[in-house]
Amino acid sequence: MSNAAADASPFELVIEPGLASKNYWFDLWRYRELLYFLAWRDIVVRYKQTAIGIAWALLRPALTMVVFVAFRRLAGMQPGGIPDPVLVFAAVLPWQFFSTALSESSSSLIGNANLISKVYFPRLIVPWASVVTAFVDFLITLGLLAVLMAWYRIAPGWQLAVLPLFVAMAFGLSLGAGLLLAALNVEYRDFRYIVPFIVQFGLFVSPIAFTSANLPERWRTVYALNPMVGIIDGFRWSLLGGYARFDAWTIGVSGVVTAAFVLLGIGYFRRMERSFADVI
Amino acid sequence: MSAPIISVEGLGKRYRIRHQQEGQRYVALRDVLASKLSPRRWLAKNGNGRHPPADEDFWALKDVSFDIQQGEVVGIIGRNGAGKSTLLKILSRITEPTEGRVTLRGRVASLLEVGTGFHPELTGRENIFLNGAILGMSRADIVRRFDAIVAFAEVERFLDTPVKRYSSGMYVRLAFAVAAHLEPEVLIVDEVLAVGDAEFQEKCLGKMEDDARAEGRTVLFVSHNMRAVLSLCTRAVLLDRGRPVSQGEPRRVIGEYLARACSSTGEIAWSESAAPGNEEFRLIAVRLYSKNERRTGTLSSSHDLIVEFDFLANTGNPGLCIGFDLTTPDGAVVFRTYQTDSALHLWPRVERGRNRWRCTVPKNLLNCGTYLVTPRVGIHNVYWIVDIGPVLQFDISLNHGTSPLWNDLTASNRPGSIAPILTWDAVGAAASTARFGT
Repeated sequence: MSNAAADASPFELVIEPGLASKNYWFDLWRYRELLYFLAWRDIVVRYKQTAIGIAWALLRPALTMVVFVAFRRLAGMQPGGIPDPVLVFAAVLPWQFFSTALSESSSSLIGNANLISKVYFPRLIVPWASVVTAFVDFLITLGLLAVLMAWYRIAPGWQLAVLPLFVAMAFGLSLGAGLLLAALNVEYRDFRYIVPFIVQFGLFVSPIAFTSANLPERWRTVYALNPMVGIIDGFRWSLLGGYARFDAWTIGVSGVVTAAFVLLGIGYFRRMERSFADVI
Repeated sequence: MSAPIISVEGLGKRYRIRHQQEGQRYVALRDVLASKLSPRRWLAKNGNGRHPPADEDFWALKDVSFDIQQGEVVGIIGRNGAGKSTLLKILSRITEPTEGRVTLRGRVASLLEVGTGFHPELTGRENIFLNGAILGMSRADIVRRFDAIVAFAEVERFLDTPVKRYSSGMYVRLAFAVAAHLEPEVLIVDEVLAVGDAEFQEKCLGKMEDDARAEGRTVLFVSHNMRAVLSLCTRAVLLDRGRPVSQGEPRRVIGEYLARACSSTGEIAWSESAAPGNEEFRLIAVRLYSKNERRTGTLSSSHDLIVEFDFLANTGNPGLCIGFDLTTPDGAVVFRTYQTDSALHLWPRVERGRNRWRCTVPKNLLNCGTYLVTPRVGIHNVYWIVDIGPVLQFDISLNHGTSPLWNDLTASNRPGSIAPILTWDAVGAAASTARFGT
């Protein structure tokens, strides 16, 4: 280890019941390269095993977009200022990221059971790497959106500068919920069946085919409790500039729920982590 | 002497055995809800609690204390289930102890399995990086040691081939090579040398030994291979049912282990519930017979030696191999035999239910000395069903000599594990190509 010399001799580590390593966060930093390698492994393996490789990252959101655009046409929804494909795709983008990250990270511990029962490292890395993997797909899809916007000649405005904030929210929500479900999945395998349901259900209750502006005013707050609502609204606003409405209240409520998920996810994960190797 | 590099004080680990879901280590939410809501639970809580406990405590380790100084190579031995692996898992921080405390004064790397995290789709090169990161090496370290790892594993030509196309030998070599190039202050190794070919095992042991000597590395080593423990370790710790029962000079501790582990009455039998095996196969008894079928602990080399297996079979798997190793007390294998060694039509039939088989070790073969019988049952090339270490111990007295010259073959004039009487024939005059004095 290159840093072995630095912290070699005075190194002392105490293992005691209940004393889950005091330098956990330091360890997490020390193992940052493992995070990178696990994410890299998942990406490389996925594309080695599939025939069309990287195209999968584009095909799924593109097809989802087509279906929802068709749905809007059939339902007779009026195109607003923006063409339907762009409006829908700006929402499919964060949703696809969240749903992929959630399904992958919630099953990541089970999928890496052999690692967990044979090697020590901060377990947080495993679901985190799954979220990072989904994030790479997300970045690729973002390129597709850029192409789509160029095609329709829509230029983003200054609002684009705020996009990283919403990306961070989507990342945080995916990680928080992913950690929570991953830990639950180790203890109760029922969550294997619950997660696909959450993902499927979420697709319809999130404002993807429609916009949250379509909803009556008094339901806004309740609706924003689904944290994807604020995130999707935020994406549309920052990507499509003046065309979409900025509703600070909705985004704020979703932001609070997201933060709660992050804290809950990390807290529960850290509490359960100690017994993973015994249970998995 | 400075503070020990590893101090273990009163270490204990308790597992809860759940009786409700046999064969399932995880819980279903349904069961948790059901048991929380169950009327029996309320009755038990409010009444006299007569309903049987669903959980049972099992101490995999209890009251384990020892100190290890820097540079020591310590072998941990004991039967399966003695708590060896649990101890290593606690020391490598994979699982938490229930009580006690461990103080580590050096960086620990552990190797509990060869090739943890190897991915079959990735190439050898990619797996070196992945596995190195999993074991705690930084990318810069891996780059620096890459050539040494590849050279040690002898896989240069296959670096860019997915490891799923590797032979099992190459796979193991590569995996061990990565681990062997970790440079921790304490190395924890669990049985990983049980895999791989003998030559490579020697190479790995040699590397571990060299590192321990040259760099003062401390090594903790779990093995069933008494020979390895004897040649590598400066100290041994014997665990029995989670407790350390003996520690000190390896030869003495190994002797104690064998004395505890093996029956020397020529018979070992298990009750059906405790019999080693799985649903497919359970070993019920192993016995030794010599002349006149009489069971005995000391046998003469001038009579056939019969090893009898009683077992329950519940499988039609044609890959079922039943056999044993005959070993010496320091772990050298004299031979290994299976019923499947011969041509197919000679194999005894495995009947469903109870079976009794006998294997004959011919007379005039073994040398005098102490031997151990280690039953080995498995599905060919798939997994072991019975791998429980030696169970029987017996002595052979050498008295099969018929030579007028030697009178008796004895330990002093017959070195070797075996002392067969072989055939010597004269087949004519030697060809005269080689001459004296040229």
